[in-house]
Amino acid sequence: MQLQNQCVAYIVKGDKEMVKLTINNKVIKASEDTTILQAAKDNGIIIPNLCYLEGVHEFGSCRICSVEVVGAKTLMVACMTKVKEGMVVHTNSAKVIKARKVLYELMLSDHSKACLSCNRNLTCELQKLGETLGVGENRFETTSCRNEIDKSISITRDLSKCILCRRCVTVCNEVQGVGILNAQNRGFDTTISPSMDLPIGDVKCAFCGQCTVVCPTGALKETDSTEKVWEAINNPNQRVVFQTAPAVRVALGEMFGYPVGTSVTGKMAAAIRALGVDDVFDTDWAADLTIMEEGMEFLHRVTDVLAGKKATLPMITSCSPGWIKYVESYYPEQIPNLSTCKSPHMMLGALAKSFYAEQKGLDAKKMFVVSVMPCTAKKFECTRSEMQNDGMKNVDAVITTRELGSMIKQAGIDFENLPDEKFDEPMGFSTGAADIFGLTGGVMEAALRTVYALLMGKNLPFENLHVTPIVGLSQIKEATIKLEGVLPQYKQFEGLEVKIAVTSGLAGAKLLMEQIKNGTSPYHFIEVMGCPGGCITGGGQPRSHDTKVKEKRMSILYAEDENKHLRQSHENPSIQKFYDLWGSPGCYKSHEYLHTYYVDRSGNNN
Amino acid sequence: MNEIQSSNCCENNHLSKLEQIESVIDLYKAKPSNLIQILHASQQIYGYLPLEIQEFIASKMKMAVSEISGVVSFYSFFSTKPRGEHTILVCMGTACYVRGGKKLVDELQKQLSIEIGDTTEDGKFTLEIARCIGACGLAPAMMIDKTVYKSVSPNKLKSILAKY
Repeated sequence: MQLQNQCVAYIVKGDKEMVKLTINNKVIKASEDTTILQAAKDNGIIIPNLCYLEGVHEFGSCRICSVEVVGAKTLMVACMTKVKEGMVVHTNSAKVIKARKVLYELMLSDHSKACLSCNRNLTCELQKLGETLGVGENRFETTSCRNEIDKSISITRDLSKCILCRRCVTVCNEVQGVGILNAQNRGFDTTISPSMDLPIGDVKCAFCGQCTVVCPTGALKETDSTEKVWEAINNPNQRVVFQTAPAVRVALGEMFGYPVGTSVTGKMAAAIRALGVDDVFDTDWAADLTIMEEGMEFLHRVTDVLAGKKATLPMITSCSPGWIKYVESYYPEQIPNLSTCKSPHMMLGALAKSFYAEQKGLDAKKMFVVSVMPCTAKKFECTRSEMQNDGMKNVDAVITTRELGSMIKQAGIDFENLPDEKFDEPMGFSTGAADIFGLTGGVMEAALRTVYALLMGKNLPFENLHVTPIVGLSQIKEATIKLEGVLPQYKQFEGLEVKIAVTSGLAGAKLLMEQIKNGTSPYHFIEVMGCPGGCITGGGQPRSHDTKVKEKRMSILYAEDENKHLRQSHENPSIQKFYDLWGSPGCYKSHEYLHTYYVDRSGNNN
Repeated sequence: MNEIQSSNCCENNHLSKLEQIESVIDLYKAKPSNLIQILHASQQIYGYLPLEIQEFIASKMKMAVSEISGVVSFYSFFSTKPRGEHTILVCMGTACYVRGGKKLVDELQKQLSIEIGDTTEDGKFTLEIARCIGACGLAPAMMIDKTVYKSVSPNKLKSILAKY
């Protein structure tokens, strides 16, 4: 009965009324809840706009999409105004075009004109809008009131290029729930800044970099690391080791004109080699290794709790450095919940300079490890003092997917015509479980595949090995897996209902942390990725206006997984061989090189 | 020994002010829509709104510090720097301006050796300007705390300041 009621309610709710309106003398029909901008777009009429970002920032702050609505006192912003029955709209009348050009000229008036040397040259949305509007003069030239450049380890803010559109404010406050950036001061002096105009490195910013993805201009970007990478490549005495994260291969192609959702793994490996890099490893290999270490750690913690010993549950994944910095800054009391595993690229860096160097007889001190990551927070992570072994940094530099694309262009490499190449051994081979590390739910699924197989002696009972309840883009996903018929050597786990939760984006993480804090968290194991959707849409990924970017990159990463013959980390022969030479998951040496600790940053902003 | 006692006393004073601010937040049910009133009362209690106080308010109201700071920096009424014992408010509205309000500001800056918005070294005066204090018939006018001074000229300033 209740179900029926719900269905009825749904139909009523879903049955939006259609209205008839006129846009540019064309009679169109649109659902009453659409905006003028959307209705126009659906009918082949393009209204120029700037700050609008579908599904993220629908705020009307730039006013560029102003249109004339007959009967309205003033021009209306098309991105905010809903269609109405009988509405008459002009999107390109003389009045509208004049207003739009003046708005644009005012935006330019105090905007830096250093376009040719700007890192957003040709990808700048303000530049593109100028071309669309056909603005040919700059009547209101003034000196910029915001000249400050604020450079932190991960993110650089150039206030002379900020147009106050507030997209970053929306992602930082509403999407991520962190609230580092907001409008400060008033009028001409307004800046989009942290509290009291403090440098972004001095406040509790997680460095997730989502602001750098949505910024339409060069005001927010990753702090450049390519310069020191080029230096290392050009230094004949240095052995340069590159590694690439799972999410990089499904987005890098976009930098070279490939459609969103194209995998370029082979070309990426070839291009990196063509840069003059000595070893091209795959962070995927270390993702498989992470599963072995993290899976073992989880089993140890559960074993201890079942035996009445002290251990902290739920255990939370630790691959996402933005997430880690967030916990350290805002939930330091939950640090014991974090897995002690280093993130995969840090594990690979540590092993490149120890295990690999020993095997090859290389001088580890002359090695320079570069991680290509979809992430800006990893730039901060690699500078952490605890990410060192034998007096050397595990990873020397982190570049984003965008920076790698730029390096390939700088080197004059014809990316499109490169033949596919493979990663180098011994840290190049990976299973499908590693590929899905790049998307929300992937680390958990990869861990479950291995832990389940180990305890039960059989594969995870889900079609195609995908744990369906944790697939997708919902903010919080949960599942329960009952262990029935465990192998005799693990009989303590018999009957256990393992409760898991997965979230991506720091706003969701906050909800799960509050549960733990209140003692109401029912979970054993939680996966958190700092960016919404996971690493596929991380802060270092190519900027895309495709509203289906998450789904497209996600499906291609799942396809990479499904196309592999081996899909469970413990089946990786290269990892098995590594442990034969090294020890075992969780052994003393593993703890030394592959695990870490965390720092309470709640009082200290750094 | 005296020093220790006095620092304890300051610490207690500081804590009691935080408690007062907390009770204001409770009174306004920690609603973000009441933020301006809460900041207003907090400035009255603490004297000014440094980052530390903004952080305290942010944590109690479960808001981002940058949002609080955005409001504090938007309104000229709020100050993030310590305030003097007395606030001098020179009217710069149209009527006062044309009758010499600007000259008053210049002279006060010279006599007190401070800029607009700053506080004298001895902590006695804070110099502010206002767009209009609604005393156009008395132009040029200025206020010190709640007292209005009418038809002020630069040569009267010394004797006015001497009263404080």
